[in-house]
Amino acid sequence: MRDQVKQAPLIDIKSVSRLFPKASGEDLVVLEKVDLSIRAGEIVGLLGRSGSGKSTLLRIIAGLVSPSSGEAKCRGETIAGPPDGIAMVFQSFALFPWLTVLQNVELGLEALGVDSAERRKRALAAIDLIGLDGFESAFPKELSGGMRQRVGFARALVVHPDLLLMDEPFSALDVLTAETLRTDLVDLWTDGRLPIKSVLMVTHNIEEAVLMCDRILVFSSNPGRVAAEFKVDLAHPRNRLDPAFRQLVDSLYARMTQRPEPKAPSADGAPGPGVGMVLSHVGSNSISGLIETLAGEPYNGHADLPVLAGHLQLEVDEIFPLAEALQLLRFAQLSEGDLNLTEAGKRFAHLETDERKKLFAQHLTETVPLIGLIRRVLDDRPSHTAPAARFRIELEDYMSEQYADETLETIVSWGRYAELFAYDEQSETFSLENPH
Amino acid sequence: MFLQDIRATTLGHAVRPNIWDIVALIIVIGAMVLIVYGGEQTTLPLSALDTAPVTLDPSHLPLYALRTTLRMLLAIVCSLIFTFVYAALAAKSRRAEMVLIPLLDILQSVPILGFLTFTVVFFMNLFPGRVLGAELACVFAIFTSQAWNMTFSMYQSMRNVPKDLEEATQSFHLSGWQRFWRLDVPFAMPGLIWNTMMSMSGGWFFVVASEAITVGNTTVTLPGIGSYVALAIQQKNLVAIGFAIFTMLLVIIVYDQLLFRPIVAWADKFRFEQTASGNPPTSWMLDLFRRTRALRSIGLPFSAVNRTFSNLRIDWPASWHAPLRQGPPQHLVDALWVAVIVIGCAYAGWQTWHYLAATLGFSDIAAAVGYGLITLLRVVVLIALASLIWVPVGVWIGLRPKLAERVQPLAQFLAAFPANLAFPVFVVLIVRFGLNANVWLSPLMILGTQWYILFNVIAGASAFPSDLKEAAASLHLKGWRWWVKVVLPGIFPYYITGAITASGGSWNASIVAEVASWGDTHLTAAGLGAYIAQATEAGDFPRVVLGIAVMCILVTLFNRLLWRPLYAFGERRLRLG
Repeated sequence: MRDQVKQAPLIDIKSVSRLFPKASGEDLVVLEKVDLSIRAGEIVGLLGRSGSGKSTLLRIIAGLVSPSSGEAKCRGETIAGPPDGIAMVFQSFALFPWLTVLQNVELGLEALGVDSAERRKRALAAIDLIGLDGFESAFPKELSGGMRQRVGFARALVVHPDLLLMDEPFSALDVLTAETLRTDLVDLWTDGRLPIKSVLMVTHNIEEAVLMCDRILVFSSNPGRVAAEFKVDLAHPRNRLDPAFRQLVDSLYARMTQRPEPKAPSADGAPGPGVGMVLSHVGSNSISGLIETLAGEPYNGHADLPVLAGHLQLEVDEIFPLAEALQLLRFAQLSEGDLNLTEAGKRFAHLETDERKKLFAQHLTETVPLIGLIRRVLDDRPSHTAPAARFRIELEDYMSEQYADETLETIVSWGRYAELFAYDEQSETFSLENPH
Repeated sequence: MFLQDIRATTLGHAVRPNIWDIVALIIVIGAMVLIVYGGEQTTLPLSALDTAPVTLDPSHLPLYALRTTLRMLLAIVCSLIFTFVYAALAAKSRRAEMVLIPLLDILQSVPILGFLTFTVVFFMNLFPGRVLGAELACVFAIFTSQAWNMTFSMYQSMRNVPKDLEEATQSFHLSGWQRFWRLDVPFAMPGLIWNTMMSMSGGWFFVVASEAITVGNTTVTLPGIGSYVALAIQQKNLVAIGFAIFTMLLVIIVYDQLLFRPIVAWADKFRFEQTASGNPPTSWMLDLFRRTRALRSIGLPFSAVNRTFSNLRIDWPASWHAPLRQGPPQHLVDALWVAVIVIGCAYAGWQTWHYLAATLGFSDIAAAVGYGLITLLRVVVLIALASLIWVPVGVWIGLRPKLAERVQPLAQFLAAFPANLAFPVFVVLIVRFGLNANVWLSPLMILGTQWYILFNVIAGASAFPSDLKEAAASLHLKGWRWWVKVVLPGIFPYYITGAITASGGSWNASIVAEVASWGDTHLTAAGLGAYIAQATEAGDFPRVVLGIAVMCILVTLFNRLLWRPLYAFGERRLRLG
């Protein structure tokens, strides 16, 4: 780490919010009153689940999105359009498929009007640095994912930015490739060979954040806020098995599984969020699979989430919604980063398909108010059918269209599995009739 | 360093030409000479056409073919320029888009040959007494048959540029101009090239149809294959028609091999996919130019100029792109803009009404609509018949990869071949056997366009996943059930694409297919095409306008009410993969 003393911050974000207009007229708050400052010499990580606004914050700093309120400054100047001295690495690489590696890397310099000899020199230096020698004339489609992202890095580094922005740069890569790229990057950084001053990275991978960052900001969802800030004082290269490392990962897991108060379903089922509960899409097979895994060896009903995630090779974005679905349906309890099966959960694990469906239906009806509403409407109507739009409109009073769609999709798949109702995709109607 | 070394050595070698240089040089110089020679002919006064009239001497055919080809080339260049400007404007400016895109949609369904009446008069007046006027009218007719779908394709590509690439260009400070050449154009390239090829295919039909034009008292016969055939029809010379057909075959093959194959092979790199494709297209012509040394080094300055050109730091007007702008959109300006559009439309509508009402009554409208419905019936019946024949054939071929590989280029070739060259052959048969023109002229409408159904079905059947084929076989699905449950849904989206193209082409073809002649014998089938054709010949502009308007409305309705829903259904439910 290269500690810096008393320098003007590179990036200064003060109570920045971002709203997106919704069809219903109300605005969707993606980012709410976020403060952040980045100084030279640090790697800052924005950690959060999808929908927590961390990517939006990154794009505000990149000058691609403007804040709805608050101040975003780069070197003391308000950000209006992409600032000089900031380069970005994309999750999807964003390489131009019709340009060779060299041409892709030269692109940013061309835009800056650097003359061709200098351009070539710097591009080759960046290619050399990032380990792409020999691939200069290859087209992106000839490269593997890891090599493509290296091009993405070279393209960003070649402009010698003060701040390198990385938007989940490793999440599109396989585990081994991602690890190699991470360590290569950290090595170059600690050796001081990168022509950059600071890095800001967005990630939903907890271990990745602890491995690379000096400072981690944990974001909460709906609306996106900074929920906590963690300092990482471990020396590079960091060892994943180091107890201090593990402890930090555990506390981050614990912090991220804490749900903000108004969103949690109340235990007694009384006021709670009712119909307007956002349901992440989790398949019924995944639910059954997770319950079986938890009930079996070596967990016997109790699991540490980081361990479970590692075992099942699930990303945070995948394991959290699953665990929460189990908690919501009262098949498991989630606390402090641990997942414990309830009695019902244990029973579920040992039932046959038909009995499982009955138990699932029972829990579903008790815990998800929307299911009850749909059943009531279907029972009341003489035709025993109801268009999905009727419920979508109701959901959109509480959440954005995107969440309403996802919630409805989840309801349909759970309800179908529980055989509580039938759904016709073509006409988008719920009904009580099952096709024979 | 490493790469600079490579470049220096290639430059050193470049001085010594190789054998490929000589071959390529001959082709390049030959093309230039032909273009200049053909171009010289167009500046002659109109009277030159009378002193050197079109003759049926086959030795003149190469020259006629050259003239026809040059018209095509010129039209395609015009179409490309139009496409770039129009699509860029529509994609970058929201207000321009409001007008330009619906306009384009209507223009697409206007019968091109009906247009000819006005454009000939216009261009002849623009260059009175010069061949150039007539030439431009002909080129314009081809242009109108080509430009719209190219523009649409470009516009749609520009609107669908991947978000991450767009952000990358912004993040790396590319100017609007740089972005256009570095992102928008390359991304649009594959779609644009495919549509250009389709346009070319359609274009041959119109170049042939518009070379010999009669509008009222004016008859212009431009030297070309179309005029040659028109003369052969007049003189009842079947042999000459055979020569013309043969020449056309050669021209299309040469065009394909020397122009389009290389472009398609070259443009393969623009395809937006992150994985290498199995079978990249190849072209011997492109390989030839890639093997040349001297010519490539001559090309270097050009690519440098091209680079400088596309790197100019020109930005779009600030109001065109406002990703960062906040606050309410300018409602007032928008309202004014809409008001201008509405007033403009109202004025144009009133003018049209005024013009038509002076000479035409409601009975004329009723007649035109009646004829329109007859033609509609023809189109529907013909598409149905063609589908009954070509869908099974196409599936049969498409499921046999070896065969499909050989038949597919043939089907595409047949689609490009201007069917109107073959019309006389059919007319001779109708005349000889005294067949009913109302029935037997109809197949001419679909003669050239049925191939679109065939090659799209072949493409669909070839792309049909082999695991589904195997699954169907292991489930013992056979006969009718196999067709209905397995293959037909699988090729549906492809079939619809083919059928849309075929039906659009048939409407256009009706104007030349519903009236035919052989020497002094004139055949007419009742229909809107014949209505427009006869009005054109008589110089009866109000009826031409009426006929075009009715056809335009029918085509648009037909597309909106039948094809679009079917297409959307296919895309939503039946798209594989």
